[in-house]
Amino acid sequence: MTATMRPSPSGCPACAAAPAAEQLAERAPAPQAQIALSLPTIHCSACITKIEKALNAHPGVKSARVNLTLKRASIEAAPEVTAPELKALVESLGYEAHELDPGTLSATATDRAGRELLMRLAVAGFAMMNVMLLSISVWSGAEGPTRDLFHWISAAIALPAIAFSGQPFFRNAAAALKNRQLNMDVPITLAIVLAVVTSLWETSLSGKHAYFDAAIALTFFLLAGRYLDHRTRAIARSAAEELTALEVPRAWRVTDAGEEQVSVSDLAAGELIRVRPGGRMPVDGEIVEGTSEIDRSLLTGETVPVFAGQGQAVSAGEVNLTGPLTVRATAVGADTSLHRMADLVAVAESGRSRYTSLADKAAKLYAPGVHLLSAVAFAGWYLYTWDLRTALNIAAAVLIITCPCALGLAVPAVTTAASGRLFRRGMLIKHETALERLAQVDTVVFDKTGTLTAGTPELTNLDDLPRGDAEVALALAEGSSHPLAQAVARAARDAGIAPAPVRAVTEVPGYGTKGTLDGREVRLGRASWVGADGTAQTATWLACGDRPPRALTFTDRLRDGAEEAVQALQDAGKSVYLMSGDSTPAVEALARRLGIAHWMAEALPADKAARVQAMAEDGRRVLMVGDGLNDTAALAAAHVSISPASALDAARVASDIVLLGGDLSPIAAACRTARAATRRIRENFRIATVYNIVAVPLAVAGLATPLIAALAMSASSITVSLNALRLR
Amino acid sequence: MNVLAFLIPVSLILGGVGLLFFVYTVKTNQYDDPEGDARRILSDEYDDHPKQ
Repeated sequence: MTATMRPSPSGCPACAAAPAAEQLAERAPAPQAQIALSLPTIHCSACITKIEKALNAHPGVKSARVNLTLKRASIEAAPEVTAPELKALVESLGYEAHELDPGTLSATATDRAGRELLMRLAVAGFAMMNVMLLSISVWSGAEGPTRDLFHWISAAIALPAIAFSGQPFFRNAAAALKNRQLNMDVPITLAIVLAVVTSLWETSLSGKHAYFDAAIALTFFLLAGRYLDHRTRAIARSAAEELTALEVPRAWRVTDAGEEQVSVSDLAAGELIRVRPGGRMPVDGEIVEGTSEIDRSLLTGETVPVFAGQGQAVSAGEVNLTGPLTVRATAVGADTSLHRMADLVAVAESGRSRYTSLADKAAKLYAPGVHLLSAVAFAGWYLYTWDLRTALNIAAAVLIITCPCALGLAVPAVTTAASGRLFRRGMLIKHETALERLAQVDTVVFDKTGTLTAGTPELTNLDDLPRGDAEVALALAEGSSHPLAQAVARAARDAGIAPAPVRAVTEVPGYGTKGTLDGREVRLGRASWVGADGTAQTATWLACGDRPPRALTFTDRLRDGAEEAVQALQDAGKSVYLMSGDSTPAVEALARRLGIAHWMAEALPADKAARVQAMAEDGRRVLMVGDGLNDTAALAAAHVSISPASALDAARVASDIVLLGGDLSPIAAACRTARAATRRIRENFRIATVYNIVAVPLAVAGLATPLIAALAMSASSITVSLNALRLR
Repeated sequence: MNVLAFLIPVSLILGGVGLLFFVYTVKTNQYDDPEGDARRILSDEYDDHPKQ
C-alpha cells in the first residue's frame, strides 16, 4: 500500500494538526451518519483488517466494522462524511465496493424474529436434555417414590420451558382456530397440552407413565424445523434487500441557488430535476430543457432509443442516454407510473395465493385424521373400561406418537438444503413455496430485452462498410457515450481499425455526433438527422458529405447462457415462449436465433399478463422470466417467476426467484433441483407416515410407553433430516 | 439414593449455566458474522487503542 493509506498515529490527522480541534470534536455530540458498503470481493482475515484499518483511519469515521458473512461494512461516521468518499477509499485498497442504502437494510427486524426463535430453541433443548436424563432412569426401572420424584422434577422443568418455547405454535393454532381452520399447529398444540395435562394427573396419582419428555422433545424438534425455515428465508431476504439497497435513490434538484443532491423521497411535484446522461428518471415529468435520447427498454421492452426534447413527457425508470435534461416533476413517489404498476401486480398476484403448499396439503389430510383417531381411541377405551384415566392416557399417547415431528421437519430440511445449493449457483429463492411451484413448471415464457439479451447492442454489419467509412464512424463514435456509439467504437477497435482524423467532433444530444473531415461535414446519428429513412431494426446512420447515408445495424447481445438455458428447457420437454414489447422483426430474429417456435411481439404489459393468465387457465404451469416494468404483472400472474439481478426493483419484488449472476444457464438446473427437492419432500412425508403406521396400532392398543414415543419421534426426525441432506 | 439430592440440583445448575451462557452469546450479537469471527482470531493485529 502507498504511504498515504497508512493510518496516522493519532488516528485523526486533522486533530494532530490542530489539537484544539480534537477537544472540540469530543465535545460536540454531532449526529451520526450510518453508511453501509457492500464488499463483494473480500474473503480473508487480511481483507478485514486492511479495510477496517483504512476506514478507521479516516478522520470522520467513528467506527467501522466489516462483516465477512454478509460481505458488508457498516460505518458510523460524522455527518459530513459521504459514502462515495469511503467507497473511493476502499476501492483504492484494491477491493470492489458499492454503496448501500442503509434505509433499505432492515435486517434488524428479521434478526429479532430469528433471535427469538433461537432463544426458544435453546430453552427447549436445555429442558429436553435434562428431562431425558431423568426419563432414562425411569425407563430403566426406577420405582415408587424415586419415580414420582423424577416425574415431579421433570414437570418442574418441562412446564415453564414448554410455556416459553411453545408460544409460536400456540399463537398460530389460536389464529387458525379463530378463522375456523385447521393447520399443522392445532394438532401440535393439542398433543402438547393433552400430554402435559394427563402426565400431571398421572404423576399426582403416582402413575407409571408421564410424557413430559415427549412433550418437550416435540417442541424442540418442531422449533428446529421452524428455525431452519426462518434462516433460509432470512438469508434470501437479506440478499434481496441488498440488491435493492444497491440502488441508492438520489436526484439532483435544481433550485435558484443551484443544484443540490437530495434523496428521491424528498422530491415534490413541480420541482425541477436535473438528469445527467446515464442517469435514471427519478420521477414522472416533462422535459423543460435539453435534448437527448432516452432508453425505455426496462419499461416497454423497446430496444431502440427514443428522441427526447423539450415538452416531452418522461416516466420514472427511463434512462437518459446522451445529453443532460432538466425535468419538471409531475408525479413523484407512489404516484409515478412505476408505482401505479403495483396495482396491476396486486390484481395478478391473487391467483398465486391460491397455491396450497405440500405441507398445507399434508396438514389438511393429517390434522382431522389424527384428531379423529385419538377421539376414537378415547371413546373405545372409555366404553371398554369405563375408566376415564386409562382412556385419556391412551388418547394422549396416540396424539404424541402421531405428532407431526417429522412432518414439521420434512419440508424445511429439504428447502434449506435445496435453497443453499441453488444460492451457491447464483439463485436466490425468495418465496417459501417457490421451489415446489418451480418443480411443476411445463411452460417457460421469456421476456426479450434485458432477459434473453444483455441490453447492450452489438454492431452487425461492420464488414459491409468500406474501410474509410468505418474509420470515420470510429472517430465520431468515440466522441459519445451513447450505447450505440460505444458499440461501434468497441467493434471497430476490435477489428483493428484506427480512427480517421476527424476534427471538431461534437455531440449533439438527442441526435448524434458530427465533425469535419477534409472540409466536409460528417455525421453519425439518428436517421432523420442525417437525412435517411428509418428502418425497423436498431440502427445508426453515417453520412459523409454528399454521399447517401449508410446504416450501421445492431443486434442486442445475447445474455450469457441464454442459448443453453433455452436448449436445456426444450430438451426437458417444456414449451418455451418469447414475449416482448419490442418490434416484430427484432423479436422474430431473436426467436429464430434461439430456436423458439412461439413468439409474440409488441406486447403491452397487460397483454403479457393476459397471455400468461390464459395459459394458466389452459392448465399450464407457467414459469415467467422477465426483468422490465412491463413484465411485472406477468411475473406476478405466472405460476412461478424469475428475474435477473439487473432487473428493475419492481420486477424483482414481483418475482419468486432472483438470478444473482449475469448467466441464465442455472434456470434449467434449478428446475431439476426443484423437482428433486419436491421428490424428497414427498419421500419424507412417506417416511413419517411409515413410522406412524408402525407406532399408532401400539398406541391405540394401549401398549405405547413414553420410551416408544421418544424412540419413534427421534428416529423419524433424524431419518427425515438425513434424507433431506441426500439432495443433490 | 441420598446422593440424588446433590446430583440432580448440580446437573440442573450446570445445565442452567450453559443455557445462560448461550443466551448471553445471542444477546451480544455473537452469531452475526460467524465467518468473519472465525478469521479474526487469526489476525495478529491488536487494537490496543480503539476509537471511542
